[in-house]
Amino acid sequence: MTGHVHRDDFGARLGMWLFLVTEMVLFGGLFIGYSYMRYRYPAEFHHGGSELNATLGIINTLVLLTSSLTVVLAIVAIQRSEKKRAMACLGATLILGLTFLVIKAFEWGAKFHHGLYPNSPHLATLPPGEQVFYGLYFTMTGLHGVHVIVGLAVLGVMLWWVATDRVRQDRYVHLENSGLYWHLVDVIWIFLLPLFYLAA
Amino acid sequence: MSTHAATAQPSYLVDTGTRKGLVAWLTTTDHKRIGLLYLYSMMTFFFVAVGIGFVMRLVQLTTFQKLITAQTYNALFTVHGVIMIFLFVVPGLPAIFGNFFLPILIGAKDVSFPRLNLASWYFFMAGAILAVLSLFTGGGAPDTGWTFYAPFSLKTGTNVSLAVFAAFILGFSSMLTGINFITTIHRLRAPGMQWFRMPLMCWALYSTAWIQLLATPILAITLALVILERFFGIGIFDPAKGGDPLLYQHLFWIYSHPAVYIMILPAMGAISEILPTFAKRPIFGYKAIAFSSMSIAGVGSLVWAHHMFTSGMSGTALMLFSLLTMIVAVPSAIKVFNWVSTLYKGSIDFQPPLLFALTFIFLFCIGGLTGVMQGALAINVHIHDTYFIVGHFHYVMFGGTGMALFAALLYWFPKMWGKMYSKKAIYLSWFPMFIGFNMLYFGMMILGMMGMPRRYYVHLPQFHTMHVITTVGSWFLILGLLMFFGALLYAIFKGEKAEDNPWGGVTLEWTIPSPPPLENFEEIPTITRGPYHFEQEGK
Amino acid sequence: MSEHAEHAAEHPGYGTFIRIWVILLILTGCLVGVSHLGQTAAVWGLLTLTPLKAGLVFYYFMHLKYEGPLLKIVVLVTLGTLLIFFALLFSDVAFR
Repeated sequence: MTGHVHRDDFGARLGMWLFLVTEMVLFGGLFIGYSYMRYRYPAEFHHGGSELNATLGIINTLVLLTSSLTVVLAIVAIQRSEKKRAMACLGATLILGLTFLVIKAFEWGAKFHHGLYPNSPHLATLPPGEQVFYGLYFTMTGLHGVHVIVGLAVLGVMLWWVATDRVRQDRYVHLENSGLYWHLVDVIWIFLLPLFYLAA
Repeated sequence: MSTHAATAQPSYLVDTGTRKGLVAWLTTTDHKRIGLLYLYSMMTFFFVAVGIGFVMRLVQLTTFQKLITAQTYNALFTVHGVIMIFLFVVPGLPAIFGNFFLPILIGAKDVSFPRLNLASWYFFMAGAILAVLSLFTGGGAPDTGWTFYAPFSLKTGTNVSLAVFAAFILGFSSMLTGINFITTIHRLRAPGMQWFRMPLMCWALYSTAWIQLLATPILAITLALVILERFFGIGIFDPAKGGDPLLYQHLFWIYSHPAVYIMILPAMGAISEILPTFAKRPIFGYKAIAFSSMSIAGVGSLVWAHHMFTSGMSGTALMLFSLLTMIVAVPSAIKVFNWVSTLYKGSIDFQPPLLFALTFIFLFCIGGLTGVMQGALAINVHIHDTYFIVGHFHYVMFGGTGMALFAALLYWFPKMWGKMYSKKAIYLSWFPMFIGFNMLYFGMMILGMMGMPRRYYVHLPQFHTMHVITTVGSWFLILGLLMFFGALLYAIFKGEKAEDNPWGGVTLEWTIPSPPPLENFEEIPTITRGPYHFEQEGK
Repeated sequence: MSEHAEHAAEHPGYGTFIRIWVILLILTGCLVGVSHLGQTAAVWGLLTLTPLKAGLVFYYFMHLKYEGPLLKIVVLVTLGTLLIFFALLFSDVAFR
């Protein structure tokens, strides 16, 4: 329809926030499941947490926090019509996001190498609580990883749109919404760090 | 008639763009056309599921058990449930009438995100097609019941993964519709359309949309965990790996109980539209109905574990959830009392939509009150997983949501197609429908009290008479449905032209031509008063 | 209506966000430090510092500070709902 010329930036942000509501509840369900299981198996979760590489978890936290900063700085830059700086910030975010994934891949790879993956013969020999711990670990970090990949794809498009002036000083709600998504991914990681890596 | 004479805009049913015919419909972003797309697709699925229900009843006349094996019977009740719940009752009213009428009722040209709206329909269709595919591929049709309870759903060789994935995608469609409606109500109300000037349908859709947002993701993650379990064996619900099937039940019902309110709230909204129009009097207790919608949405999200009273939960949880369950009856009763008070001393114009609205109130009261019965722990243990439950929820789902959907269809039919159906044919269809309905589902409740467990392929001889009665009831019911939809289909093609305001309604949809023009309003109206303002009429 | 409040006339600058980022890094450090002090301290750290960090991201990075009340209410309703789900679930788990 051609009639709809009016633009509703607040409406767009409201829609994005409502979408984030569904994301929060989606992960919320997993967090509820986590607390249910941790309550049942406190010792096993403690032991499981000590097996994880806390250093990698902490480094990844720093990486994601910084990438969140660069996204928000990109918005400031767009508001000030500093296109080059905005692109640099978004580029930095993409690199940091990829770094996160690479570190994550090494971490998972090491676990797989030690025979720790869902349904593995080694895992079956562990006590039930630890099997659940690893089940949750792979599910939650995996689902988070999927969100990181989606976020990177969206931010990649945003970089393209900034470059081609589809996102500019008077029209940047798409960038804002993509940023909101990325921050939510960051917030989820903020919770995953103490729940898994610092659980020991 | 006081029509807006000589509108410049063509009707939304006429193709105006470069695209024509089916392509124009499949690429439309017009909320009215999307509403109709939902209507046509849902009605198709509805009749498939009705057919399955018909066969299930036949199986209970034991002569037909040569044709249907026990395994097929398991698949039948699963598929009947999945289609009815996820493809018809949950999305039914919001997706059809919410899409079609929400923007018109608040004086907007369209929803906030029209393209997302079309995408929701495609998600819906994708989910529907996957659900159908799951019947014929993999290890055969799923046989878990629509609840997909772990650990059986994790172990069965049938095609649970695809069916569960289909429900996942349908949930996505439902959430996107919810996002769209909330944003639309917040942002696109016409000037002067304050919150308490909105028709009650909008309040109902608003509360529904919030439950869709806050509960559906829990279903999504639960079903995702079932799929992950089946493919990778992550073990969260598998007792052999330290998991807990009770966690599955909790997570499943955290969504699926609120889903009951996703189903019934828009139905209540539609009834609140219909009654004032035919009583020619403002609705009694507007704010009470509006707030009871919100409180049903709120409290209704906190009662899920009453599906699990025999699962071995803690005593504390049993008592807490029993109490909370009783509390939901309060806002529901507020609505019923207000509806009845609306009719009191009104100048009642008895028309088909009113007949079905009253049927809704009658059947919903039976469904609701038997629900309160089951909230009591002692009774629940006795009738848990019996035909009593099946009868009860059909009273709520079909007698409630289904009848309200029919009432809404009758009410808005002349507006949607600009045609009028034969009222005589509709009245005629009501008798077999009503009689068959009560024979079928009240019979089921009696069977349940006698001890007939649900989902059983065979039954003991002492239940046979009641099974025959309910089965015959199902024939009447289906006859009524066929007559009803036959009359409506005939009217779409051959019906008389309808007036712009055949019922004398006063909400915004009756101020525009039938069928509505492309952008609903020539000029966005300015609202200066509440929704049900009947001037002097009937005094 | 207040929900029509658009973006504040002036946008916050680079400095605000960089300061928040530094605070977030410090809080992460505290969280890691606290987790080495023993189980009780670790749990308390989890329960206080983590929501604080998340709150800062929500409030500043996600611009909630600069939005009208509607979006704040949306977030609070969501978190409240999750909290109630959690509490009701534990009425079962904790007393089983």
